[in-house]
Amino acid sequence: MDAGQKYFRNYKLEQSLTQRRIVFAAIFVLILIAVLIGRLFYLQVIEFERYQTKADQNRLKLVTEPPSRGLIYDRHGLVLADNRPIHSLTIVPERVDDMADLRGELADVIDISDEEWDDFNQRRKAYRRPYQSITLKSHLSDKAWAKLSVDLYKWEGVQVEAQLTRYYPYGEAFAHAIGYVGRINTKDLEKLDKQRYQGSLFLGKSGIEKFYEEELHGYPGFSKVEVSARGRIMSEVERQNPVPGKAIQLHLDARLQQYAYDLLGDYTGTVIAMDPKTGGILAFVSKPGFDANLFVRGISVKDYSALRDSPKLPLFNRALRGGYPPASTIKPFMALAGLENKLSSWTERYYASGSYQINPDGRRYRDWKKGGHGWINLEHSIIESVDTYYYQLAHKMGITPIHDFLAEFGFGEKNILDLYGENGGLLPSNQWKKAKYGEPWYPGDSVNVGIGQGFMVATPLQIATATTALANRGQWLAPRMGKTVSGELIDWPENRVISKKIDLRRESDWQRMVNAMKKVITDDQGTARRLQGTSYDIAGKTGTGQVFSLQDDEEYEADKLAKKLHDHALFIGFAPSKKPDIAVFAIFENGGTSSKPADLSKKLFDAYILGKYPRKYNHLKVSADE
Amino acid sequence: MNKGFYAQLRDFSNAKFWRDLHIDFFLIASLMLLTGGGLIILYSASGQDAAMVERQAVRLSLGFASCLFLAQVPPKFLRRLSPLLYLGVFSLLVMVLFFGVGAKGAQRWLEIPGVGRFQPSELMKVVMPMAVAWYFSNRHLPPKFKHISVVLIMVMVPVLVIAKQPDLGTSLLVGVSGIFALFLAGLGWRYILGAALSAPAAGFLLWQVMHTYQKQRVLTFLNPESDPLGSGWNIIQSKTAIGSGGIEGKGFLSGTQAQLEFLPESHTDFIIAVLAEEFGMFGCLLLLTGYLLIIARGLYIAAFAEDNYARLLAGSLTLTFFVYIFVNIGMVSGILPVVGVPLPLVSYGGTSIITIMATFGILMSIHTHKRARK
Repeated sequence: MDAGQKYFRNYKLEQSLTQRRIVFAAIFVLILIAVLIGRLFYLQVIEFERYQTKADQNRLKLVTEPPSRGLIYDRHGLVLADNRPIHSLTIVPERVDDMADLRGELADVIDISDEEWDDFNQRRKAYRRPYQSITLKSHLSDKAWAKLSVDLYKWEGVQVEAQLTRYYPYGEAFAHAIGYVGRINTKDLEKLDKQRYQGSLFLGKSGIEKFYEEELHGYPGFSKVEVSARGRIMSEVERQNPVPGKAIQLHLDARLQQYAYDLLGDYTGTVIAMDPKTGGILAFVSKPGFDANLFVRGISVKDYSALRDSPKLPLFNRALRGGYPPASTIKPFMALAGLENKLSSWTERYYASGSYQINPDGRRYRDWKKGGHGWINLEHSIIESVDTYYYQLAHKMGITPIHDFLAEFGFGEKNILDLYGENGGLLPSNQWKKAKYGEPWYPGDSVNVGIGQGFMVATPLQIATATTALANRGQWLAPRMGKTVSGELIDWPENRVISKKIDLRRESDWQRMVNAMKKVITDDQGTARRLQGTSYDIAGKTGTGQVFSLQDDEEYEADKLAKKLHDHALFIGFAPSKKPDIAVFAIFENGGTSSKPADLSKKLFDAYILGKYPRKYNHLKVSADE
Repeated sequence: MNKGFYAQLRDFSNAKFWRDLHIDFFLIASLMLLTGGGLIILYSASGQDAAMVERQAVRLSLGFASCLFLAQVPPKFLRRLSPLLYLGVFSLLVMVLFFGVGAKGAQRWLEIPGVGRFQPSELMKVVMPMAVAWYFSNRHLPPKFKHISVVLIMVMVPVLVIAKQPDLGTSLLVGVSGIFALFLAGLGWRYILGAALSAPAAGFLLWQVMHTYQKQRVLTFLNPESDPLGSGWNIIQSKTAIGSGGIEGKGFLSGTQAQLEFLPESHTDFIIAVLAEEFGMFGCLLLLTGYLLIIARGLYIAAFAEDNYARLLAGSLTLTFFVYIFVNIGMVSGILPVVGVPLPLVSYGGTSIITIMATFGILMSIHTHKRARK
């Protein structure tokens, strides 16, 4: 039938040949099917658990909910550090196909700086859970938010998220007291508990915000969600709510703080007010301050250099880190040191000429009053702030008794319980000078220290703390900002001196010194007699700190000096003197005469004791029932 | 009258009207069970896209129609047509090289204006064994060296043309369909042994002359898991899907890998991973049983076919069908490199369903057009 059939064909043989081949093939098929079944058995039975875990890891994601940060209140319950929702542009990098494209498209809608992109890219590469969103730009303006919302649907993985962020409502007067939070940077990440800061953007960077970070931060919540491969959340499997941070109440009185800040006027300076009953800080002013919100938002390079390079050093916390000669405010303490060392007495009379000399042909240490004060006693040396009295007293004592006695008050040491970065000042001693200059302590060095000049450097916090101890008649209390955490009184660590009694040979000397300081105001010769006429008694002491030394025959002539060389004007005081409610230290840098800080202190006393605040501070007042 | 169920079924399947309709009951029943099950899996794999299942059902109906149509065509007629079909499809393949359209960098389709596009390489899967079977139908078996050489050229030229599109999966299947016919024709064992031995040697020599980047590409092809976010992603996710299904599976529509879109190509090439995840090893064995029944029937038809042409054609079509299954499951379960081969009759997709169903039509034709035995 078939064309081209040439030979006889054995059809039977050919059929069985193919049939044999089909059997071979069937066996081959069975073997390969067995291989497949073996493979399935391996995957589905032997390795089942491994792949089950893997599938769960695929589908289940932990989404972190950062805790809301604890609020910071003033002593009356006014919120000084608040949380406000801000809108941030966030990206889930896993859901973005082409980041470069996205960057280009976003640029058409809102401004995103190279810095922000760099920061974003860094976070993207750092340790992180996949499918967690990363903030590209926080603090979107309302306008940017609105613009983005329109276009948002276009971009996979791009979202606008609302987050609670720190807000400081009362501006620059409070920045140095409360501190601020800032963005967590790569360096912070190395030190932080990654679990606890998962999803958090901010960290306390200074002040109360930094010291109480542990309490303020809280604990993040987690929600275990089932997500699709593209990162869409399908359902919540498990959830643990975040634990919000604890609230901190400070001793700070917001009204007093703001008032003190304003009273400094255009001067740079510091005011510290303390509650002698508790050691709590009522006002902690360093002027100028700055708007802490800038740091929350992420301060621009321009703003930052403006702050950093301002000659008034707004970023410098003078109250905590400033070092000043205590000047004549040291005299009450020096006098007590003399009494304690039996080198002076309340009754002994001293002739105060216009200057003091260690040797008849030596250097003349001048009194501030040309011609001197004539015959005076210890009390008058306080009232009139007689320099020569303290020159001779310090000379007689030498540095060691001075050092040891002043150290009791916290000079030369860090005192505050709850702020980092305090400057310890300098309470000089023999050993210190030897170590520092390789020179012995000279009697002339003591003479200078006698009036709070020379090598001695005190911080506003130290002087305020010492003043409080004086107000308390020797009951020394460590200064502190925080009062309660979550409504419970703060338990201070045991390795810190929280309070102590400074004992004098004669305890009555405390009261006599307070009386002398009262006369600084009430006496007609008193250096702060301008503060007379209050319904309560003020005890105080003025001081004028030399910014540079006058030569022997030079006169201090304010008009001829550049302002930055003007003397610092200081005042310490407390009131009511019998049972003080408030102790104040104030310094006007280059303020010239001590009348400025004295007037300021009186206004603070009026305000704090009598409630006499100008009306404009009413917004900082919290009514009792709040 | 009291016959058991099995005996009743056998009588039913051997009934004369099936033969008159040129339908093999055993085959068509197995195919219907398999494709029905396939639709159920597709519903899950497509993300519960009823429209997709509907389109697939339409395609399957067309497939069954082409099956039943081809079953009516006598094998004799097919045999005469074979060389023409071969040349025709080959010219279409050459046309694809020049005028083809495609996606993702591969040029596989021919566009017929107003009708749509189709893939000539799919047709070659059927036409190739027809051509080889035709070539041997009037020659002595086992084949001589000369004839083997001719067949090898017949096979290799279209294979290379398809590989150039590039479509590795299809060219492989076209190649094996021709080689299977050659094997069934009685290709000498020494040739088979020789090829088996020389393949590694040739591979080794080729490896020596390759550039480093080429070696790298071969290595990622052979071990995709070395590139977990690129070509390895699919295979890692499919193994996870299969493994996590365990013995019993996670339940219909409850496979997390598939439903949450971790598994790529879940409705096409990787559909068995969905089955394995949701129905476990149990489901996989059921599917393999279904395939095995079809293959067994196909080989049976081949073994008892009337002439050489029918035997070689039926055998190689059945074995090619098996290669589909083996390559697909092997690839999805990670024992074979990833080549784009769908799971026959289950994966969502156009031309292959029609051509595969057409091959079963040919098998039915071969089985039902036999002259009555003497």
